[in-house]
Amino acid sequence: MAITLGSRSTPESRAWWLGQGMFCPAMIYVLAVIGLPFALAVVYAFSDIKVGSVGYHFVGLQNFKSILHSATFLRALYDSFIFTVGSQILVLVGSTLLALALEKKFRGRGLVRFLMLLPWVAPVSIGAIGWKWILDSLYSVINWVLVRIPILHMDKFNPPQWLGEPTLAMASVILVHTWRLLPFSTVILLAGLSAIPKEIPEAAEIDGAGFWRKMFQINIPMLLPILNVALLFGIVFTFTDMTVVYILTRGGPYDTTQVVPSLAFFTGVLGGDLSEGAAISLFMVPILVIVAYMMLRTANRSEIT
Amino acid sequence: MAVVETKGLTKVFKKGELGAVNDVNLLTQEGEFLVFLGPSGSGKTTLLRMIAGLETPTSGQILIGGQDVTHLSPRERRIAMVFQSYALYPHLTVYKNIAFPLKAQKVPKEQHKPKVEWAAGLLGIEKLLHRKPRELSGGERQRVALARAIVREPTVFLLDEPLSNLDAKLRTSAREELEEFHARIKTTTIYVTHDQVEAMALGDRVVVLHQGVVRQIGTPKEVYDDPADTFVATFLGSPPMNLIPEERDIVGFRPEHLLPASLISPDQRVSMHFHFSHEEYLGAERLLYGSLADKRFEGKDVISRLPSRVEASFAPGSIVEFAVPRNELKFFDRATEKRSESRVVSWQ
Amino acid sequence: MARGRARELLMAACRWIVVVSFSVALAFPFYWMFITTFKQDADLYNTANNPFIFNLKPTLVHLQVLFRDTMYLRWAGNTALVGALVVLITLVLSLPAAYALARLTGKWGERMGIAMFLTYLVPPTLLFIPLSRVVAMLGLQDTIWSLVFVYPSFTIPFSTWLLMGFFKSIPRELEDAAMVDGLTRFGAFVRLVVPISISGILTVVIFTFTLVTQEFVYALTFIAPERNQMVGVGVPTFLIRGDVYFWGELMAACLITSLPIALLYNLFLDRFIAGFTVGAIK
Repeated sequence: MAITLGSRSTPESRAWWLGQGMFCPAMIYVLAVIGLPFALAVVYAFSDIKVGSVGYHFVGLQNFKSILHSATFLRALYDSFIFTVGSQILVLVGSTLLALALEKKFRGRGLVRFLMLLPWVAPVSIGAIGWKWILDSLYSVINWVLVRIPILHMDKFNPPQWLGEPTLAMASVILVHTWRLLPFSTVILLAGLSAIPKEIPEAAEIDGAGFWRKMFQINIPMLLPILNVALLFGIVFTFTDMTVVYILTRGGPYDTTQVVPSLAFFTGVLGGDLSEGAAISLFMVPILVIVAYMMLRTANRSEIT
Repeated sequence: MAVVETKGLTKVFKKGELGAVNDVNLLTQEGEFLVFLGPSGSGKTTLLRMIAGLETPTSGQILIGGQDVTHLSPRERRIAMVFQSYALYPHLTVYKNIAFPLKAQKVPKEQHKPKVEWAAGLLGIEKLLHRKPRELSGGERQRVALARAIVREPTVFLLDEPLSNLDAKLRTSAREELEEFHARIKTTTIYVTHDQVEAMALGDRVVVLHQGVVRQIGTPKEVYDDPADTFVATFLGSPPMNLIPEERDIVGFRPEHLLPASLISPDQRVSMHFHFSHEEYLGAERLLYGSLADKRFEGKDVISRLPSRVEASFAPGSIVEFAVPRNELKFFDRATEKRSESRVVSWQ
Repeated sequence: MARGRARELLMAACRWIVVVSFSVALAFPFYWMFITTFKQDADLYNTANNPFIFNLKPTLVHLQVLFRDTMYLRWAGNTALVGALVVLITLVLSLPAAYALARLTGKWGERMGIAMFLTYLVPPTLLFIPLSRVVAMLGLQDTIWSLVFVYPSFTIPFSTWLLMGFFKSIPRELEDAAMVDGLTRFGAFVRLVVPISISGILTVVIFTFTLVTQEFVYALTFIAPERNQMVGVGVPTFLIRGDVYFWGELMAACLITSLPIALLYNLFLDRFIAGFTVGAIK
């Protein structure tokens, strides 16, 4: 875009400058509060800075190396992936079902929508602590019900420890993440569904397509771009979240539900080891870069449409 | 090839209100191109959708090829439909779009390619088979929609205003293509439009609808020259028929029949005084606007349509002697607005 | 005929099963918060009792304790204050930015818009470590001002993107007409576009506010003292003495915090979706 700033300022160039002026404050602010700390995180990661350190010592890749040898970190990385993939699969299936069910108007749909949104609307920490109570070691309502179902033969005095046993704890974290993201994903899918012109499924019907064929060859493929968006957001929100783990299990039992962001927190903030904490959190960057790339690709493709 | 019949077909959307379609009875002829013509809200699209199976009738029957399909789903009716927006599947190539009905009807795979190529060839879109709908122009999309419809060799074709999304220039050539297409495949076709020129040009017969009721079914000539009521008389023909209310009935005559008196032979002549106001020159013809000068008509506005080769000029505000041929007068009952008996008229 | 009708009934039945089971699963924790809030401790901690009903009379004790003996109200006040300030800052910065992106900057503007949106992908759990030092250096440690300073970093991109969608849906001719009538472009923006977009702006206000209330990581990292804490961190942290969780008060706090936000959100959701789809399509 060539702007010729000659002796006469044209309306176009004036508008361009105005645009710059209106846009800059926000951009500068965001760059400052996000870009600078990001750069700082990188700087820390290559040093041995702790809270209370006096000088700055460059240590190269030492932090990264020691992290990659740490069993705790590797476990956290593993957990991060398991939790993200597990919850996203559940969210994808669940929200597709729910969006399809909510598509047509019916009596009470407004109420259902309100109820369905609650997990997303409530602050993460509030929802998490609510679940902590439901999954409590002694008073879990789930256990109360399970113990009373005869076919399960559950031991009344030794019910499942939802937050105390490693496998169950992991399942609980996945469950809470799924619970929290379902509404978000469903809402996005509903928007996508309403964007499909109704004549297309009608044409498919006339062409002879039955329910399943319509679903899998027409509706779902047309939803793919927006499913993509919902999935990518979901991945970011889950992978970079520390709140659920922090509140439900604090990473326990014995670091089996630790995730990368929560580990970064415990190391860098509570532990005061800034450099190692920063290095740990930087491991999230590759995932985010991949996600950003995928999002841009989807955005480009849909713009052509 | 099949014949479509409806008996007492009615569709009411809101209880207590007038139906979108009211007690429609019609019977197509084999292989004909039947047009549903009417203004928006006349029920023509609802009628078409009921025949397609996309709307359930409130009461009445639909028969296709003699079989009662009233409660059958669209896919069981073996009809094809082209929507106003064409409804092409955006994520599939043109080839896959056309092949989709074959897949859905479980036609054996080996037959897909030859059939798709046959349909594409019929519409001249062989070169587009690997493109996606978003890469096509409006006219090309229409052809793909037609190919998709014809590939299953349906017994009935339904078209819902397929030309209205095209711009004016394209519309005439697309219309011609449709005519050729129908001449070649000879399938019974029902076509919905609000454009009366389209209806007259394309239709073997025209069904004129207004407020969900059939006003007249007839050939283009019949609905134009012999309208069944004042609605049909004014809806067809542009500018519309001049309607003059009298004490007993309404007298109508088309603008092209209102001419300077000298142009009409004396024994046919029904004369009247034309108070000329202004004219529009349209190239091939001229439209003369004015009113009837006689007091009892209270200055009723009328329009006259003169071919441009008639060289006559009129001074604005002058009163000229015009006339209408006697046998071109149509009479309508004042109360029912339906055609009534011709009678003798003298307005001099 | 029977076939079609039976199929319809089956579909409706399936739909109902899905809707009911999901609604129950999603809303259950809130029902649980509700019932825990009003249950007496003796009833609550008695595993022999049916937990789904009130076995003893419901009580307001937990609510009273929450309001009287904890700092809950103070946290709520802090959150409201931070929310209001952040909304203000966000509006001041993102309204012009969104307008610039929607109207004035063409292709380059679109790229900048996407760039701003991508900053959303840089998570707090990456920035909180360096930011904690920055906050300490600025002397904002342990105060709500640290949050007022940092929160706009994620509310501005979100608001700008949403407002951009709203502005794009306003026909350009309106501003053109205003400029022909003598307003400058900026004047047209202030006197014409902003008033027309009030409903969109209100939506942004509500969503920005909810973003503030939902934040956890920064508040946990920057603020230690109980009296300066926000609701999202205060509730799961300070309603516990050692290892003992005061579930009655905890759930009461959860309930009171969730409901107003949920109601507000629900009211504005349709507008949000409208703005979202416009923004997403172009």
